Amino acid sequence: MTNYGERAALVTGGLRGIGRGIAERLLAEGMQVYLVDIESDETAADLMQGIEGQATYLKLNVIEETEWQSVIGAIKSATGRLDCLVNNAGVDCVGPVEELTYESWRRIMSVNVDGVFLGIKTSAPLLAETGQTTPAGSSIINISSVMGKVGYIDTSAYNTSKGAVTLMSKAVGVEFATKRTPIRVNSLHPGFVQTPLLDTGMNRMVSEGLAEKPEDLKGMIAQATPMGRIAETSEIASGAWFLASDDSSYMTGSELVIDGGWTAQ
Amino acid sequence: MPDHKKEKTMTINLENTIALVTGAAGGIGRAVCTTMTEAGAKVIATDIADKPGGLVAEAYYKHDVTSQDDWQKIADQIETDYGQLDALVNVAGLSIVVSIEETSLAEWRRVNSINVESILLSFHTMLPLLKKSGETRKGGASVVNFSSIAGQRGAAFNAAYCASKGAVKIFTKCAAIEFAALGYNIRVNSIHPGGVETPMLKSIIETYIDKGVVPSYEVAEAGIITDHPIGRLGVPEDMGGGVVYLCSESAAFVTGAELNIDGGFTSV
Repeated sequence: MTNYGERAALVTGGLRGIGRGIAERLLAEGMQVYLVDIESDETAADLMQGIEGQATYLKLNVIEETEWQSVIGAIKSATGRLDCLVNNAGVDCVGPVEELTYESWRRIMSVNVDGVFLGIKTSAPLLAETGQTTPAGSSIINISSVMGKVGYIDTSAYNTSKGAVTLMSKAVGVEFATKRTPIRVNSLHPGFVQTPLLDTGMNRMVSEGLAEKPEDLKGMIAQATPMGRIAETSEIASGAWFLASDDSSYMTGSELVIDGGWTAQ
Repeated sequence: MPDHKKEKTMTINLENTIALVTGAAGGIGRAVCTTMTEAGAKVIATDIADKPGGLVAEAYYKHDVTSQDDWQKIADQIETDYGQLDALVNVAGLSIVVSIEETSLAEWRRVNSINVESILLSFHTMLPLLKKSGETRKGGASVVNFSSIAGQRGAAFNAAYCASKGAVKIFTKCAAIEFAALGYNIRVNSIHPGGVETPMLKSIIETYIDKGVVPSYEVAEAGIITDHPIGRLGVPEDMGGGVVYLCSESAAFVTGAELNIDGGFTSV
């Protein structure tokens, strides 16, 4: 029987929302989990209530290559392996395309796209080495979005960044598979999920006078979702676990859509 | 490299799940029965062929998926034995290899009858049992329709099959949205295998050879493998994990989705 207890995972943006949900699921399945995020150790300690002592926190700005090298080096020293990389860290950017500043455009591309590239680049050697020893190889899970598949209003920068993640996953999945590098690469596409990022976005829209209160906006989103509701982070995390596990051994370059039917319409 | 054919232990389980799997005598259907049973489900297997030796299932019924009567009899039996159905996995399918010019209307209709109409009949007869499951089952009842990469990409000399699998893909999305709108709590998703080592693939390759499209079995197989970046054909066992995931509570927010299990085929 597969012993996931020996295996190690790294989750970026792991302190909140979907990243936190994924970390909890991987921990529950017995994996060793490294959480990275941009927060100070003190803030991280506060946010890690409930999983303190189980997961290990390392501070990382995903757009800094040298920080990635330090983090991967630290994991290699501590566990000698990395089975799963979850590129989850991301930021949003809302506004009409003609009003977006070039600076804010570059910022979202940097975090959402460059961050994923640097994560894959710096962790690939360790993931490949570990993948030689496991039945289904190592697994990279890139958190894209339904916004990486279909357009939406006033989210052009976010759409563009997530679309890039979708195709980066396919390109790297094909590249590794063709070279027999034992790393599978898939993208995961959540619909709207109850997270702090969603709340931030909703609050901003309320402050811009687009709605009276955040609940109204959430109600509208739920109504536009065929299943009639917004997802919980655990419902995204369970898909990440499927992609992390050996059950998805023949999947690479695939898109796992968890959107309550959003893109099926 | 890892041995992908070795027995797998599922990490997501299907305890307390009554499942119906069609096409259970074929390569993929048979493996799906085994994997779902290992994951804890009670599997009712059906096929138009006789029960194959070694099939892992609670019950086996002869089943022509184009027959409303057959579907209804099986639904009545499930109603009597279990009172509900938690997972319906439509695997039964037919592929023909023939040019469009030579595809007779009768052949075209036969392929679409087995691959597409069967799913309509499955809803007509199984919805009451699935709805009952949806009322209480965490994550809802689940329908998994086997489409194919042929439902996403075209292929020469395989038009009837490709068109039917494309129909399965969109029919799946329609059902997902409609059932959600009706509040049935039944999720509907499609799985898209790449080339899988099955009797069906073997007969497809043999037909290509007969028609002079490829010179030999070895050349054809090597060509198909090259189309899969992962460097091998799929095996039926590769499909089980995806089915178990989609039928489990883990996929509670997944509906109308396409799950590609294709070794990277559609990524290039």
